[in-house]
Amino acid sequence: MAMYHLKTPLSDSEIRLLKVNDVLYISGLVVTARDQAHKRLLEHVKTGKPPPMDMSGLAIYHCGPVVKRENEKWLVVAAGPTTSTRMEPFTADLIRGLGVKLIIGKGGMGVKTTEAMSQYGAVYASFTGGAAVLAASLIKSVKGVEWLDLGVPEALWVFEVERFGPLIVAIDSHGRNLYMEVANKVEAERSQIYRKLGL
Amino acid sequence: MHVNLVEETACNLLKQAAVHLPEDVKKALIRAYNSEESEVGKSQLEAILKNIELAEENQAPICQDTGTITFYIKAGSDFKMLRHVEEALVTAVRRATRHVPLRPNAINPINGRNSGDNTGRFSPQTIWEVVAGDFLELTVMLKGGGSENASALSTLLPSDGIKELKKFVVETVVRAGAQPCPPVILGIAFGGNVDLTMKLAKKALLRPLGKANPDPEVARLEAELMDAVNSTGIGPMGLGGRITTLGVHVDYAYRHPATFPAAVAFSCWALRRASARINNDGSVEYLTHRDDELYGHVSSENTFIR
Repeated sequence: MAMYHLKTPLSDSEIRLLKVNDVLYISGLVVTARDQAHKRLLEHVKTGKPPPMDMSGLAIYHCGPVVKRENEKWLVVAAGPTTSTRMEPFTADLIRGLGVKLIIGKGGMGVKTTEAMSQYGAVYASFTGGAAVLAASLIKSVKGVEWLDLGVPEALWVFEVERFGPLIVAIDSHGRNLYMEVANKVEAERSQIYRKLGL
Repeated sequence: MHVNLVEETACNLLKQAAVHLPEDVKKALIRAYNSEESEVGKSQLEAILKNIELAEENQAPICQDTGTITFYIKAGSDFKMLRHVEEALVTAVRRATRHVPLRPNAINPINGRNSGDNTGRFSPQTIWEVVAGDFLELTVMLKGGGSENASALSTLLPSDGIKELKKFVVETVVRAGAQPCPPVILGIAFGGNVDLTMKLAKKALLRPLGKANPDPEVARLEAELMDAVNSTGIGPMGLGGRITTLGVHVDYAYRHPATFPAAVAFSCWALRRASARINNDGSVEYLTHRDDELYGHVSSENTFIR
């Protein structure tokens, strides 16, 4: 459980350092995207049209924030992670096509993403689900917002973050997936649990 | 008593629930932090505790998913304003959505349009119970989407009922894994029929944590299931650890000989609920969030920020 403080844009060698269970704090630019934005980003990758900003080396954050506008400025009120599994069908292509190096979310992702992370050098890190005010307190400014036509939660929000974390590296670029490891351990416990319950 | 009193009280409850976790849930999370052995699990509970403090400090919602809104209403048969309650609750939801703020989470399932103010057909949901008395007791629960998606209902084989139930609970928790933001609170019910069972399971989430079912046999089942769930190793946020649940609350109803329905309702760690009692004389007692200064109660109409 090593601890790392890294800044975006993230390099391949930095990403390869990170191992499952490491704690990561990230500074720099994080772009939010959830279901609808993923769908649209994938269309861009497929048609070769550039996305609204260069995302290579940056982080995608699975988050639909609560924001408010005060004096022409966006303020982030609450910005915890949303469930990542819904983004599973898109993420491998986005890592390959956009050069995204870090995916932040909660609940984990599947085999396709894990394989893409090994192949192209990217990691998935979990931010504590529900810790929305903690997340908002680490967002220093809103650098921009794109695709507001999708609605506030679904838009691409570009956040400048400082020591954003703790993030737990849960899928690394060496093929390890903490959620699958936990699931395997749970499976191994199951017969013992059933026995204790008299089943 | 002014009709606005119901609306004001409901507004206050919505804000209390979104911003301040009830004491029993906070205490359970602190206990979980102290007893979690996994380093990763402990880091998650530490972030949760920090987040709870920050939410109170900033008067911001604990989680950006402020959930769907359910009001549990204990309606005293002699309460004067009964006929205005439904309308007052809808207005309260509109106001609280703007001012807390709550995330607009009410979507028309046919065309996908968001109403923008958390109201719509059956939104907020109101669950009525009529009791003798001259008061109105309101409890609001805000429940996020992640934990709702993990909930499950099944009709089990009656011949092996309780055994089947235990297996169903473990299977459901294992399948849910990290999705419902553990450590979760589990509401479990069995018997009855399918609608009643799920209703009882959800309602069991309202019981204060640490308070066992008064029926010793059911209390024993609760302890057994809690031990089983906390032996899975799923842990805080599903990253591995000892504490997967903060509490297991079980309820039941008499069943038909041929059926054995069972329901599991999940709440994420942020079990957001708040209760108050409005009396016919116009006085309001806050039941879950008692400290007037801390929670900014208002006792007369028009003082909630419009």
